[in-house]
Amino acid sequence: MGCGVTKSNQFHKNSGKAVTTIKSAVLIQRWYRQYVARREMRRRYTWHIFQSIEYSGEQAQIKLYNFLGYLMDNFTPASNERNLISHIFRENEVCRDAEWERYFCYKNIEVPEIYSGPHLTFPLTVEQAVGLVEAFRNKKQLHSRYVLQLLLETWKQLRMLPNINRISTCHSKEITICGDLHGQLEDLLLIFYKNDMPSLEKPYLFNGDFVDRGKDSIEILLILFSFLLVYPSEVYLNRGNHEDHIVNLRYGFTKEVLSKYKMHGKRILRLLQKIFSWLPLATVIDQKVLVLHGGISNTTDLSILARVDRHKYVSALRPPKKRHQSIVGLSIDVDVDEDTVSHNKVFQRRTSLTFPKVLSRDCFQNRSLRDFSDRIKVNTVDNVELCQRRQSILNPVIHGPENEAAQSASCESINSEDEWKQILDLLWSDPMNQDGCVPNEVRGGGCYWGPDVTEDFLNRHNLQLIIRSHECKQEGYEFCHNRKVLTLFSASNYYDVGSNRGAYVKLGPDLVPYLVQYQASSMIRELTVRQSFGRTERLALKVLREQLFAHKSDLICAFKKFDSSNTGYVCLSDWASAVESVLHLGLPWRIMRYQLVTGRTSDGSIDYHEWFNELAIKGPNAAHIDQSLLETLYRHRSTLETIFRIVDTDNSGFITIEDFRQTWKLLSVYLKMEITDDAISDLAITIDSNQDGSIDIEEFMEAFRLTDKKSRLERGRSMFMGTATDLTNLDVDPNI
Amino acid sequence: MAEAVVSDVHKKIRAVFEAFDNESNNTVDVREIGTIIYSLGCFPTQADLHDLIAEVEKDHTGYIYLDNFLPVMTKVLLEHKFPPIPEDLLLQAFEVLDKEKKGYLEPEELTKYMTQEGELFSQEEMDEMLTALADRDNNVLYYKDLISQLTIDPDM
Repeated sequence: MGCGVTKSNQFHKNSGKAVTTIKSAVLIQRWYRQYVARREMRRRYTWHIFQSIEYSGEQAQIKLYNFLGYLMDNFTPASNERNLISHIFRENEVCRDAEWERYFCYKNIEVPEIYSGPHLTFPLTVEQAVGLVEAFRNKKQLHSRYVLQLLLETWKQLRMLPNINRISTCHSKEITICGDLHGQLEDLLLIFYKNDMPSLEKPYLFNGDFVDRGKDSIEILLILFSFLLVYPSEVYLNRGNHEDHIVNLRYGFTKEVLSKYKMHGKRILRLLQKIFSWLPLATVIDQKVLVLHGGISNTTDLSILARVDRHKYVSALRPPKKRHQSIVGLSIDVDVDEDTVSHNKVFQRRTSLTFPKVLSRDCFQNRSLRDFSDRIKVNTVDNVELCQRRQSILNPVIHGPENEAAQSASCESINSEDEWKQILDLLWSDPMNQDGCVPNEVRGGGCYWGPDVTEDFLNRHNLQLIIRSHECKQEGYEFCHNRKVLTLFSASNYYDVGSNRGAYVKLGPDLVPYLVQYQASSMIRELTVRQSFGRTERLALKVLREQLFAHKSDLICAFKKFDSSNTGYVCLSDWASAVESVLHLGLPWRIMRYQLVTGRTSDGSIDYHEWFNELAIKGPNAAHIDQSLLETLYRHRSTLETIFRIVDTDNSGFITIEDFRQTWKLLSVYLKMEITDDAISDLAITIDSNQDGSIDIEEFMEAFRLTDKKSRLERGRSMFMGTATDLTNLDVDPNI
Repeated sequence: MAEAVVSDVHKKIRAVFEAFDNESNNTVDVREIGTIIYSLGCFPTQADLHDLIAEVEKDHTGYIYLDNFLPVMTKVLLEHKFPPIPEDLLLQAFEVLDKEKKGYLEPEELTKYMTQEGELFSQEEMDEMLTALADRDNNVLYYKDLISQLTIDPDM
């Protein structure tokens, strides 16, 4: 930032022309630098808009799930509302493995002759795994028979893995670590192109969030799983917060599977629920680098995590219930039955003592819990139970039957709330700049943890670096906490074309992270910097305007507080305060004012009623429908769609009028607002134009402009609407 | 009445400051001050910026505190110290550089002026400007269009 003295100054001191030239140059420079700074400001809030809406969506999903759980716990078994939703809570039905195998049996699924996708034979070979990548690159779809077979093999494999993978970079192997992929196949293909596919020389670790939002989530899973099967000692997977069927309901994976696999989609999803629950929770490299999806909290304890029954947590959003707590008449959240319990106990002892020798893992085969527990300082703040448990663990002698008994006793005394929090924190937390540890209220799960917590945690466990994902970063990665925490994100163009790069990290024996960035999409090259930025900003503003419209009544209330004489105008300052008080997005509203409000008066004040007319989203013949109901519809459209999908148990895309009414009842309880039967009937009639007593969910959402069909066509996904089929891919092979 | 104006200005300054206050502790990195001042609608020269920073930077921590920044910046805004450049003046400036009166500037022409005259652009700034502003098809800068397209709203 310097002021240069130019050559021309010295030579043409008295030349008027030269002075003018310099003056002009300075003027242009001033002007341009101002423009750049303003643009930087806009870039920041654009980012902020996407992020805060994304996270508040996650929060909404958690709230919804908690609400549904509350219903389950408190409504009578016979109530209609409960029956509508109880099926999503049947996570661990009383079933033996044999029964499961029958349910997931693929043997009677025939592959027709005209099927042109890949055929798989087991055990899987490298060529087949590579072939699968090629097939997906060429937009082929894997037949459901092979999908089930592959998933079954994966399930068997994952069950043998410990909660915490341990890897070594001995033998001079560099390991490649990838962050969130979110169904963006293009990015995975780009990584394989730049870095080669997994092999004996090329170990990989994928750090969760493989699914949701992008349109090729199932393909990514199938690729990762096939490499896992082919190279069990070189390919590692960590669970992410999106490897969770409850989250998938809102964010698109459920819908993707059901639309790609119309006949067997449900089975596939069920099997995936089990697979997700069996994914390892974290990975430690060379005993020094911890890799996990979300992060840590001030209570994170790797020794506890190493010992939990991770597969009990089918969804991280709800702890497993004990049997005696279930309500009579309906078995929800039933604990695993006796056989599987004892199987688990054996397994548990195995994981805490040694690693299963069936897997040929290098170097660290005989590591045990002792290594963690030895290094833990007993925290006096911990509750008594924790201390007691630690005492029993600290007793040495790993092998021997008398210790097995002691071990199993201490296993049972583990506080399940504690365990649940451990897992939740691991999958959902985010780092913050301030010291301390506070609940992550923005997302609704996990914590925000500070640099002091990192420091303490690393010391306690004798580690030097945490690699995590979970947050989108513009450069694909970001260091924080004194470079002790690295965030890694591998889905480029996540919010929109041009929004961000993706990155992966390579870690050799020196454990110095080597980062590689990339950006997928051929569209990028055709856009200038200004254009691609403009697009993203326009999209962000569009989304923001929708949010503003959806909160119209609350906003009008807030404006009226500043406009006591009811003039209909507020000054800019008050407008900004009012908007922030309703939306709580922490955006620089004053600066964004011109992008959000086009009308203005001479003194700069804002006509707020007129403003809403500007923002208004038109519905079809909606005049006879109560405005505030429309607004509610609009504001909670994502939740509404999620509930629809839950209610639509046969995944036909239709629900009956009666169920439709029940859905509204549910929603009105959830939102604590009155929705009259008449209002609901009006809605139903508007939509059920053929009056056959059933409602087409897609039509409903689109009719009320609750989803933006055009942008879905363009992008193949709709992040803010929760789910979307890729409407450009209309002819689905019925044989699959 | 004057109090309301001052209070309004304070709110403006705080709003932009907070957007760059990453640690939420009322400080910003000194390297962001330029961006902050520009975002408040001011058009200072580099020399002006230099002076302003000298006024608000009390120590060499590399951070600027809101308490020091607020009064200085308030004065700047109330006195309209660095007003925006009128469009016609800007046009004249471009026309001075466009010696052949073509109606546009070649990248090389503009580069020569921006990197050798006035308050010099770094190579990075220059590359960025050309990428952002050059016409996609024939790579020249139609300055008349640029001026109207990139008009900044005068008041926040």
